[in-house]
Amino acid sequence: MVNNLNIEVSPVTRVEGHGDLVINVKDKKIEKLIFRIPESPRFFEAMLVGRKYDEPSHITSRICGICSVAHTFASIKATERAMGIKPTEQTINLRKLIYHHENIQSNVLHVYFLAAPDFFGTGSVISLAETHPEVVDIALRTKKMANDMVRIIGGRAVHPIRTVVGGFTKLPSEQEMLEMRKMLEGSYTDLEKSLEILKTINIPDFERETEYISISNPYEYALYDGNIKSTDGWEIDSQDYLDKISEEVVRHSTAKHCRANRDSYMVGALARFNNNYDKLTDNAKKYAEELGLKAPCYNTFMNNIAQFVEVVHSVDDSIRLIDKILEDGLNEEEAMVDIKPCAGRGVGVVEAPRGLLIHDYTYNEDGRVDKANLIIPTNMNYANIENDMKALVPEIIEKSEDEIRLACEMLIRAYDPCISCSTHMLNVKLVNK
Amino acid sequence: MSKPKVGIFGITGCGGCQLEILNLEDQLLDLVNAVEIVHFTEAITEHSDNYEIALVEGSITTEHDVERIKKIGDIAKIIVAVGSCAVSGGLNCLKNLYGVERAKELVYGDKKDWIDSIEVKPIDEYIRVDYYARGCPPNRLEIVDIIRSLIIGRKPEIPNYPVCVECKRNGNTCVYDIGITCLGPVTRAGCNSRCPSSATGCEGCRGLIDDPNINAQKDLLAENGLTVEDIINQFNLYNACKKVEAKESSK
Repeated sequence: MVNNLNIEVSPVTRVEGHGDLVINVKDKKIEKLIFRIPESPRFFEAMLVGRKYDEPSHITSRICGICSVAHTFASIKATERAMGIKPTEQTINLRKLIYHHENIQSNVLHVYFLAAPDFFGTGSVISLAETHPEVVDIALRTKKMANDMVRIIGGRAVHPIRTVVGGFTKLPSEQEMLEMRKMLEGSYTDLEKSLEILKTINIPDFERETEYISISNPYEYALYDGNIKSTDGWEIDSQDYLDKISEEVVRHSTAKHCRANRDSYMVGALARFNNNYDKLTDNAKKYAEELGLKAPCYNTFMNNIAQFVEVVHSVDDSIRLIDKILEDGLNEEEAMVDIKPCAGRGVGVVEAPRGLLIHDYTYNEDGRVDKANLIIPTNMNYANIENDMKALVPEIIEKSEDEIRLACEMLIRAYDPCISCSTHMLNVKLVNK
Repeated sequence: MSKPKVGIFGITGCGGCQLEILNLEDQLLDLVNAVEIVHFTEAITEHSDNYEIALVEGSITTEHDVERIKKIGDIAKIIVAVGSCAVSGGLNCLKNLYGVERAKELVYGDKKDWIDSIEVKPIDEYIRVDYYARGCPPNRLEIVDIIRSLIIGRKPEIPNYPVCVECKRNGNTCVYDIGITCLGPVTRAGCNSRCPSSATGCEGCRGLIDDPNINAQKDLLAENGLTVEDIINQFNLYNACKKVEAKESSK
């Protein structure tokens, strides 16, 4: 048991980017708790100014290697909306298909490579490969499948090439679609094995109810399109996001903090699960039930389980999409629609693996960007991460400093923070005063 | 023989190059058996300042980055710049076009003075770089080839011919024939012509070939009424640090 505590983890590892956690406790009271983001700011909103309409999706894809498809689509959708471009149904189905696989790739990377070492008590996936080789084998196979799917449809696993404003520069062949279907069917064995493994891990028991925000639509478990919806009961058209979501610059972070109804909110797999549980496939619901995940769930640590349930949903729904695309027949003439660059403003909203992602562009008559605003999922989570930790630390203050440090790191990792995105990494500091 | 100790670092970038290393699904376990990875921010908790080989992703964009890259330069015996940001400054250099002070003001408003940000530069403006794994993202297999070469002590082979050569080998229709401008004639190959193979133009993410005025596919450009200078000027997505591009030709 400690009365005074100075924890400083710099950087917090196994997150995408650079962040430091500082906690000062005096006489069992938290004096200071900040999640500091010293990651270098990138200035994408400035880089975009003056760029031609076909460039922003290539530029903003480089905000994040892990969720490059999400940025590509938020960007393409903003541009299409601004210029009144309507992609074909085939394009939208193919976009949804590739999108599932970025989500699988990212969720698998996080659950197995970044979070699992905590649950199995090893420092990294490298040591996990020695102690639990079967877990790493499953992860590598599932991740490879998802990356192969993104490669086949997008031309490349990181920063896709073929997905552009108006459609696709090149379509996958029918043969490739059938191969992808076979890969998906083959993945169920590993999903079942994963289920058995995940049943054995202990998820920390910690609950703090907050506002959960995601996109939502009546037809499907929304990842690619929908209104913005909150568990606090409001739902708005994505074009009106500024009516609810505000950003502010805070002193200790190059990433801005966001607010909606309360002083913080959560986005990501758990928020999607809480808002859209009924749209999951029956199979994914069965996995959720076996892992004890029920909507609404207020345990942030269960975000890892929600990510895995989404992997199951994405595999199920990908098979449905492939069957639909093949039934309609792949048609080269529907690969692209005509584009007439013009002035206008458009907001593109998608669910990146880490949550709600918003690109807002204003174009001039030459079809060049005048103004851009980007709101990134991890930014939205920072204030909530700090609030979660302020609730968690007093609950575990009786534990040793090492245990507290690990619990805090695990909590941050549960959010799967993507810090290079949001500055637009992690160090934990518990500091004795 | 003891395994070489390797550190994998991300400076300012998107993490995509580190991800491409994690995406080596078929070779990842062989890789961690062949070398000892002592630092890999994106993937492992353990971190050490005892390494011989440093793989560095990202460009230098803050004073803090300058300190970090100099430390890596002091420790590592061999330094590999991984990806366009580390090699040429990459897409981050678009900030320089806009202007650092204006960019700070646009994004952070009246709080701009809280932000540490300097003109973007590639890492070899600050430290010695031994090898370059170019591209955005880099070719995963080229990264493996560089590491393998370092282990067995041979010089990695990096192509010095334009993307057009790979495009012809892949039997692609030239994208100029479908009305798309392409930087392939002056861009260093090694990506297996992945963008033209997807029926879209090369954006030059691997930088220029050495001496583009001699080695470029000038005939192809002439057929389309273009010169080497024309297309170099037309594309600045990954090559906005012009000074660096000029230097690239002597690398």
